[in-house]
Amino acid sequence: MTRQRNDNVGIIGTARPAPELEVWQALNIALDRAMERDSSVFILGEDVGLFGGSYRVTQGLYAKYGEWRVRDTPISENSFVGIGVGAALAGGRPVVEIMTINFALLALDSIINMAAKLRYMSGGQLQVPLVIRMPGGVAKQLGAQHSQRLEHTLVNVPGLRVVVPATPQDSYWQLSQAIVADDPIIVLEHELLYFTKGPFDPDAPPPAMHAAAVRREGRDVTLVAWHRMVSLAMEAAAQLSTRGIEVEVIDLRSLRPIDLPLLRESVSKTRHAIVVEEDCRFGGVGAEIAATLGEVAHPDLASPVRRLAASDVPTPYNAELERASIPGTKNIIQAVEELAGLHTD
Amino acid sequence: MQRKLARQFFYDMTLARQFEQAAAEQYMQGNIGGFLHLYPGEEAVAVGSLHAAEPGDYVVSTYREHVHAMVWGVSPSAVMAELFGRATGCSGGYGGSMHLYDVSRRFLGGYAIVGETFAIAAGVGYWLRLNDSTQIVLCYFGDGAANQGTFHETLNMAALWKLPVLFICENNHYQIGTEIHRHSAVPDIYRHASAYGIDGRHVDGMDVVAVHEATRAAVQHVRSGNGPYLIECETYRYRGHSMADPGAYRSALELAELRARDPLEIFRERALGQGWLNETDCQEAEKTVAEVVAEAVRFAAESPQPTDLGKGVYSEPLDLYGGRP
Ligand SMILES: Cc1ncc(C[n+]2csc(CCOP(=O)(O)OP(=O)(O)O)c2C)c(N)n1
Ligand SMILES: [Mg+2]
Repeated sequence: MTRQRNDNVGIIGTARPAPELEVWQALNIALDRAMERDSSVFILGEDVGLFGGSYRVTQGLYAKYGEWRVRDTPISENSFVGIGVGAALAGGRPVVEIMTINFALLALDSIINMAAKLRYMSGGQLQVPLVIRMPGGVAKQLGAQHSQRLEHTLVNVPGLRVVVPATPQDSYWQLSQAIVADDPIIVLEHELLYFTKGPFDPDAPPPAMHAAAVRREGRDVTLVAWHRMVSLAMEAAAQLSTRGIEVEVIDLRSLRPIDLPLLRESVSKTRHAIVVEEDCRFGGVGAEIAATLGEVAHPDLASPVRRLAASDVPTPYNAELERASIPGTKNIIQAVEELAGLHTD
Repeated sequence: MQRKLARQFFYDMTLARQFEQAAAEQYMQGNIGGFLHLYPGEEAVAVGSLHAAEPGDYVVSTYREHVHAMVWGVSPSAVMAELFGRATGCSGGYGGSMHLYDVSRRFLGGYAIVGETFAIAAGVGYWLRLNDSTQIVLCYFGDGAANQGTFHETLNMAALWKLPVLFICENNHYQIGTEIHRHSAVPDIYRHASAYGIDGRHVDGMDVVAVHEATRAAVQHVRSGNGPYLIECETYRYRGHSMADPGAYRSALELAELRARDPLEIFRERALGQGWLNETDCQEAEKTVAEVVAEAVRFAAESPQPTDLGKGVYSEPLDLYGGRP
């Protein structure tokens, strides 16, 4: 498979001017277009209908498509995700919204024991074309129970795919791709990104759903990030650049599968990599990337791949402590400087 | 009652009994692995109820589902081959006893986590209702499953949206070793339905004719757009919960009492008495079943093993590391 760097990806590489849109609007357009195109697409979740979605993502769709295609559910996460699985088995293309990822813990049986396994257990007979969207991440003082990241749990499940769009354009592309795909796909959205702006062109040709994107080119260190950490990595890169350190920033876009070829290409140039993740460090996606790069790219690496991750604590309520519990721009700059100090050439 | 249907009941219940006996033997010989949950004693439930549905309907069942699959048209050979883990099994050898599927017949499993059948059935029902279909879904579950959250969550949604789902409880009085009075504050499972505004009724699950008639009426109710319905079939399993369970928590007296109300014997006597069947019919059916079961075992034993470890995880092969070495 050949894959070219796609210049239409995201904010940085945009080749032509496009109107600016917020992430929630891009998701909304993706849903609307998918529902217009295919009558088997329908939405299911808490307050997705009349209310319009907790983050406005389904706004207007209830009025346009009616209650059978935009279904407000009771607070029964495991069962309404299971209903999505059942409807997918019978021929539907449900898009289930779990209000936030924290509540997905109540639906893990439907996600992991059913959606992910039914095709395999049936010898390939059953098909589960299901999309599960959920906002997550550390937002603003929501407390430990409303600040979870579950990447580490979901990427470990054969049968699932996990995408993590961070821009309006990627949100549109990846949700659209997930809806037409025939497998269960988890679309993780970040609560602090819904109302961020970026260029948007619904007609631009999408890269592969799992393709990572180079957001900024650099020769000295590769920063691998996703979701909100991408924008922090970009800020850090801009500041470091003024001091002569050129950082390459990669937005992973997909956590299962991951775009290893692009990561290898990048580290073969920079010879150093730091993974920046908002999820906890132990057994996380960063560990997977560091270990894999260590295995396959070690001749290119001048130092072991490092990880910057959340502290090993439940997320505190206090604003200062909360900020301190996840990587910030300063931490990224510091980590890069430490590495840069290792440069001998 | 029609002679044809009576013959079918007798044949299917005999098949159910003999097939499970053969499965137990094959398990003891080491040809079947894992967990094996058998159905003797409960035959009237699957046989009576499934024959009240239409072939276009959907069936969702539990891990104790060999008989449901066969009555719904999956061949005994394909079921036995699945128990043997062979490529010719109805799930290609990837599912096993607890995960039987046949999409062409809308037989959707086979769920081994107690309480999963509810939401799957409601999801299929949602899709049917969205498409104004006249098909319905039959959803089987045990008495123990009625304490799972998904039971209550799903009854609520099924009633709220009038989903075409017929919930059929196989109340065999036990959740493994815990008797129903020790696991349910309200042991009449059908009464739970009323909390969600769903009609429900109790039926003698040892009487195949009674199960059939109750299910026919319920199917009619559901198919006519009145929303879900719940039937509780009171029944009993003769064997332990699974092959791993000797069933020491039950008294010999309890078992003997229930065996005296054997669903096969009850039906046979009644059918002979009513002239629905004669001795020759019964003997012929038993002989045919013995041949079919022997053939199923032979077929399974001679079938090839599946070899493709990665088949069917995704709709197309997925490289976790993005496609290029
Ligand atoms: C969620 C879950 N908890 C526990 C088990 C272990 N388990 C398997 S069968 C069973 C008893 C279920 O009883 P019931 O629903 O009455 O069905 P029966 O086996 O009697 O047909 C239990 C506890 C399981 N498979 N799934
Ligand atoms: Mg039971």
